[in-house]
Amino acid sequence: MGNTAILVLVVITALGFDFTNGFHDTGNAMATSIATKALEPRVAVALSGVLNLVGAFLSLAVAATIASGLVSTKLVTLTVVAAGLAGGITWNLVTWLLGIPSSSSHALIGGVIGSTIAAAGGHAVLWHGLVSKVVLPAVLSPIIAAGVAATGTYLLYRISRSLTDRARSHGFRIGQIGSACMVSLAHGTNDAQKTMGVITLALIVNGTVPAKSNAPFWVILSCALAISLGTYLGGWRVIRTLGKGLVEIESPQGMAAESASAAVILLSSSFGYSLSTTHVATGSIIGTGLGKKGAEVRWNVAGRMATAWVFTLPAAALVGAGAEALAHSIGATTGVVVDLIILAAVAGFIYWRSRGSKVDHNNVNDEWTGSVAPEPEPAAAA
Amino acid sequence: MSWINLSALWKIVVFGLLAGAGLPALFAIGLRALAWPSGARVQTAGAGAGGGGGADSDSDQLIGGNVLGLIIAAIIFLAILAALGWGIFEVYQIGHPVTKK
Repeated sequence: MGNTAILVLVVITALGFDFTNGFHDTGNAMATSIATKALEPRVAVALSGVLNLVGAFLSLAVAATIASGLVSTKLVTLTVVAAGLAGGITWNLVTWLLGIPSSSSHALIGGVIGSTIAAAGGHAVLWHGLVSKVVLPAVLSPIIAAGVAATGTYLLYRISRSLTDRARSHGFRIGQIGSACMVSLAHGTNDAQKTMGVITLALIVNGTVPAKSNAPFWVILSCALAISLGTYLGGWRVIRTLGKGLVEIESPQGMAAESASAAVILLSSSFGYSLSTTHVATGSIIGTGLGKKGAEVRWNVAGRMATAWVFTLPAAALVGAGAEALAHSIGATTGVVVDLIILAAVAGFIYWRSRGSKVDHNNVNDEWTGSVAPEPEPAAAA
Repeated sequence: MSWINLSALWKIVVFGLLAGAGLPALFAIGLRALAWPSGARVQTAGAGAGGGGGADSDSDQLIGGNVLGLIIAAIIFLAILAALGWGIFEVYQIGHPVTKK
């Protein structure tokens, strides 16, 4: 049966997206801990991977939003879901190459919405759900996170001012391990959910499970594994931008940023808001720059990110719409296969491009000189 | 149908501040208690808990050696862990609405 073949392809693509989601977002949880050397880079990504796995099982509220809250499950087809995923993955890979911590969630949601509009028209999109559960949280969450992180930073420096500098940074490095773990856990509760939601959407569309269903267990498990594997691989390019590019971070700031991110993400997950963990983490890091006297926020880096954020939904939507149009013109299963072959080719090309300016656990902490990939000098900066 | 769920928003802000800024602040207080110097102030030698000779002004020594400080710090750190555990439990509860028939 053709449907089953496409369904399998969609599930594989969705897990592929989850994987890119993982390595794109390792930085959200671990960038500040790696930057302050609270954790060894490779230990950090391993820890984050495991905790993402746990977090994925912790809450299913966001999966429900994605599965039935954004597009009309009656008007969407499997091809639409596949095309939407293609849009999300493409945008994730492009921003990863550029080292921009953009939102995987918006990439995914944008892709699915674009392909839905291309296939069925604007009325198939549940605009109210989109605005109230995605767009508004996207705007508000970084601001709230920045406020919480600035408050935390101010309090931490104020309370700990009687300690010597070295004792203070030692103490908060220990605290950072805890707070970074909480962010990884929170990331699992929010981001792993999104792919679960999309696979559930595909299952609903295909009639495999009834509408408004929760994610079946095998979906939860496979998504949890895919995202933690991706996290373990580590998106070193994005980690570098977040940890070194935005603000020069000390350990009290790192702890404040991570605590703020974890709190905001976990709270929002419980309410079913599929917010972008990336936006929250970035907001928090900027907040720590605002909350400490004399700290400098590199607004040009922040501006570049914000630009990418604005473009994420529409850009992924365009790719998703294009993929849907292409698949539709070819027709049925072949169309989806052609889409995915093109997607694989694009992914391969981007991977090949990334080899030219490699960022990994060895040079992730090198001095920020305005570019994602450090100068290829053998001597590591002090 | 409202666009913003105000009751969710204020909860996120208030609990976000309590957990996201309050808990690390509590941790900082714990660190400070931990660093309280023991009664005999600058006597570097003979201090009980890991005093050693490292009382110079740029040490990364965290433990000051005051017993009361140690106890307060331990209580604070345990309270933080308890708060985290409780928070995770709450998230689990909310995220898994009882749907068993």
